[in-house]
Amino acid sequence: MTGRDAFLGQPPQAILADPRRLRSHRRQRVVDRTVVGALGAAATLSVLVTAAILFVLGTETVRFFRQDEVSLGEFFGSARWSPLLGSEKHFGIWPLVCGTALVAGIALLVAVPLGLVTAIFLSEYAPPRVRATLKPALEVLAGIPTVVYGFLALVLVTPGLRLVFDGLGSYNAISAGIAVGVLIVPIISSVSEDAMRAVPQALRDGVYGVGGTRFDAAVKVVFPAALSGIVSAVLLAAARAIGETMIVALAAGSTPKVTLDPTEEVQTMTGFMVQMALGDVSNFGVEYFSMYAVAAMLFALTMGFTLLGAHVRRRFREAYE
Amino acid sequence: MLIGERRNVSSPVEESRPAARGTAAQPPEPGRLGGPGASPPAPAEPAAIRARGFNAWYGEFHALRDINIDVAENRITALIGPSGCGKSTMLRWINRMNDTIATAHAGGELAMHEVDVLSRQTDVVDLRRRVGIVFQKPNPFPKTIYQNVAFGARLHLRLTRPEVDALVEWSLRKAALWEEVKDRLHKSALGLSGGQQQRLCIARAIAVGPEVLLMDEPCSALDPRSTAAIEELMLELRESYTIVIVTHNMQQASRVSDATGFFYNGALVEVGPTARIFQNPARKETEDYITGRFG
Amino acid sequence: MTPAAHTVVLLDPARLARARRSVAARHKRERAFQWFCVVVASACVVMLGAIVVGILAAGIGSVTRTFLTAPPSPEPAEAGFYPAIMGSVWLLVLVAAVTLPLGVAAAIILEEYKPRRRLSRLAHGFIETNITNLAGVPSVVYGIVGLTAFVSMFGLFGNELNPALETGAGYYDQFYNEADQVILVPVAGPDAPETVPRAGMRALNAEKRPLAANIIGPDDPWPDDPAVAARTLRSTDFSGRISERTVFYLRLPLGRGLLAGALTLSLVILPIVIITSQEALRAVPNSLRDAALGLGATRRRVVFRVTLPAALPGIMTGAILAMSRAIGEAAPLLMIAGIVFITFPPGNLMDDFTAMPLQIYNWAQRPQQEFHELAAAGIVVLLGVLLVFNGAAIVIRQRFQGRGS
Repeated sequence: MTGRDAFLGQPPQAILADPRRLRSHRRQRVVDRTVVGALGAAATLSVLVTAAILFVLGTETVRFFRQDEVSLGEFFGSARWSPLLGSEKHFGIWPLVCGTALVAGIALLVAVPLGLVTAIFLSEYAPPRVRATLKPALEVLAGIPTVVYGFLALVLVTPGLRLVFDGLGSYNAISAGIAVGVLIVPIISSVSEDAMRAVPQALRDGVYGVGGTRFDAAVKVVFPAALSGIVSAVLLAAARAIGETMIVALAAGSTPKVTLDPTEEVQTMTGFMVQMALGDVSNFGVEYFSMYAVAAMLFALTMGFTLLGAHVRRRFREAYE
Repeated sequence: MLIGERRNVSSPVEESRPAARGTAAQPPEPGRLGGPGASPPAPAEPAAIRARGFNAWYGEFHALRDINIDVAENRITALIGPSGCGKSTMLRWINRMNDTIATAHAGGELAMHEVDVLSRQTDVVDLRRRVGIVFQKPNPFPKTIYQNVAFGARLHLRLTRPEVDALVEWSLRKAALWEEVKDRLHKSALGLSGGQQQRLCIARAIAVGPEVLLMDEPCSALDPRSTAAIEELMLELRESYTIVIVTHNMQQASRVSDATGFFYNGALVEVGPTARIFQNPARKETEDYITGRFG
Repeated sequence: MTPAAHTVVLLDPARLARARRSVAARHKRERAFQWFCVVVASACVVMLGAIVVGILAAGIGSVTRTFLTAPPSPEPAEAGFYPAIMGSVWLLVLVAAVTLPLGVAAAIILEEYKPRRRLSRLAHGFIETNITNLAGVPSVVYGIVGLTAFVSMFGLFGNELNPALETGAGYYDQFYNEADQVILVPVAGPDAPETVPRAGMRALNAEKRPLAANIIGPDDPWPDDPAVAARTLRSTDFSGRISERTVFYLRLPLGRGLLAGALTLSLVILPIVIITSQEALRAVPNSLRDAALGLGATRRRVVFRVTLPAALPGIMTGAILAMSRAIGEAAPLLMIAGIVFITFPPGNLMDDFTAMPLQIYNWAQRPQQEFHELAAAGIVVLLGVLLVFNGAAIVIRQRFQGRGS
């Protein structure tokens, strides 16, 4: 604080007029530039992460296909997946994709009706007090860890379904599907609700003006107007369902097969990845690389759905003005 | 000197250089300038702010055309005109606030005291220290009253704590707010009423020690009583600062200002002493606007 | 039809009567649909309630003191959750330390330093889209990437048995002398030559306190004094090499340890922190930035002195929610750590670890009913922790709701 003593006792006007007190702007600019550099580095890190994902999945998948036992033709052509079967390894991806599709399909079958009706209710019918209870409830539902859902699928849903499907196995696609469905309901309901609330009130008033009911407005005007947002919501939820791991690892099973029967035990892509990772990973054999190939397939599928959802949202967004 | 999109705040900074002198041999009389092309006569006192052939654009849109104006030292100059005429744009160029708008650029000559406002070498940070601004809607920081007033001063000056205390009190007194807040300096500024918040914003601007105060419709969000208080404050502040005010309220302009400039469609239609503009306007558009034939 | 004919149609009494009846039907449909909506929406709440109640009923009984403080064991009655709780705590601290500074920094530059130039704007848009896409990647994919990037580190640093770098570990040659006392001799590293006992060498006892080793020949008589005998070694005695890891133990490659798990989890959480922080910054009204700029602040000072403090409650809420997501994530940790039988909480960053959701998975996938009860108990603890976190976020949101202008 040297030199400050020279300033003591100045009246405010003199303080403000004293050029000796002015802070150097040059030094500030150096700090400004350093800070911006550091912040920029943090942002560029995210690009590095994407690069890492693509690099890892890409190179290991290439190594997978370079192995003797593997061929592109079999990967996309065969319906047998048995990487651990010592003598007869098969690497057809379809059983895993089919398992994933079955579980995700059941999940969407559960979640889309539930989610959309809830969204319509929240957007068109619910009084503020009900909204204030329902929305947080949905947020909580979305925040429950997936391992909890998996556990419930195992100990609650499967025994419950045994009452309907006699002799239902402990591992089956339908229990996992239902649990995943409950998991993704909040995604569908909240994104769809946002899309529906964005529809201007004037459009609804137009319906009421000609003697329509709230149902007419909701189903014939609001829903179609918000359709792009709703479709995007379903696509995002589908991506989530495809990528879900813990529920299927606990409840769906580890038998890859091509089937449409929901009561059967299946294995999904994510389930297979977990199964491999829990085994002897340091082996670095062809099974190890198959994990990466499956991961690459999974990544491609989820990215496809996510990008499609974003594209639909942007491209078909209604212009209300 | 044209300012295009490559203007960069972190470019090398030199001392604010004297503005390039225009064609006038002597500074013109305050308020005697007319529209484009008028040659300035000799003035009584130097102008605090000078514009010659000043143009401003937002992208392709030509917002201000060939503005020539002198703003007199220690006087209140009002800029009036209908919505969209460019008066706020004019105001905001004086302290380069339009730098925040990516498509804004300007040309011609604009000087504040000896500073060439439009020059790329000008230290914008220092310019804004010397030209304070008060906005339409009061915007105190979500901090305490004390912190609000001290904020700007601490940015630019080296101060000890007792000096900051003294400065805060001085600014609040000058803004006619001290008596009302002296017992709650360390409470949130957001607890003040609208009129008090605006006076706080004025105190905050004063605490930096500016030479010029810009006010962009400072009373339009306030009730009549607060408006009257601030108008009274403006008249007091005139002794220490050059004030430029943009206002929609013509009565306000005629009440407080010494000189008035009427803007219409991007052009400065007429400028002169307030009394003359309001009682004896030279141009028909001015008269139409003042008598309320359009708004 | 002619206009007159139109009017006739509209005023036709038969048609009007039909219209009036259909209005009544439409009202009925409206009410039915309304009730349908209510039922469906309440179904969501009911499901939530069922989940919570079911879990509590199944699990609360097993949340005993033992459960919370003991390590897991093959005996369900003695199994505990403690290492999992501590593992989750460690992970939480590490993930927060990595994601919060990086995430907020990235959010600041994306939100407050929006570029003007066309090329920079393209880069900015690209980075933002990239981050949104990263948020949608399944966490198990991050797990597998973490396996290569953090656990084996692309093979660039050797492997776990032959690490390229190791610090914070002490290596000793351990001697058991004829009096059954342990004498330790510190050695430089795992490849140092075996210690031959000789006079004057540095030696420590079992508690790592220095002792003066008494070296005698192979045929010399054993000393009578027990104090001397305790530190006596024959020059022909041989030792075994042991290593001890301190808290500061670090190794490259990271292996399937705590740090690798935390870094992988950070990959999952980072996009969330960035996105929520961006939203918090966006919510700060522009008038505040203008006020600061008008006073002569540079952009950096506007950000750090005005915008960031104003956005802090929102950023904190977002951070808490991101951390609660981190606590519940199991998939990436399954890939990194696998199922390991852990009885101690992690002692250093390279240690094996477990976490609450991992332990729950471990118990849940066993067929025995007792383990399912343990899993339920674990879930009760996990949900309890999450409840505290979300409650904190809500409190912060409420408290600072009115503060922003």
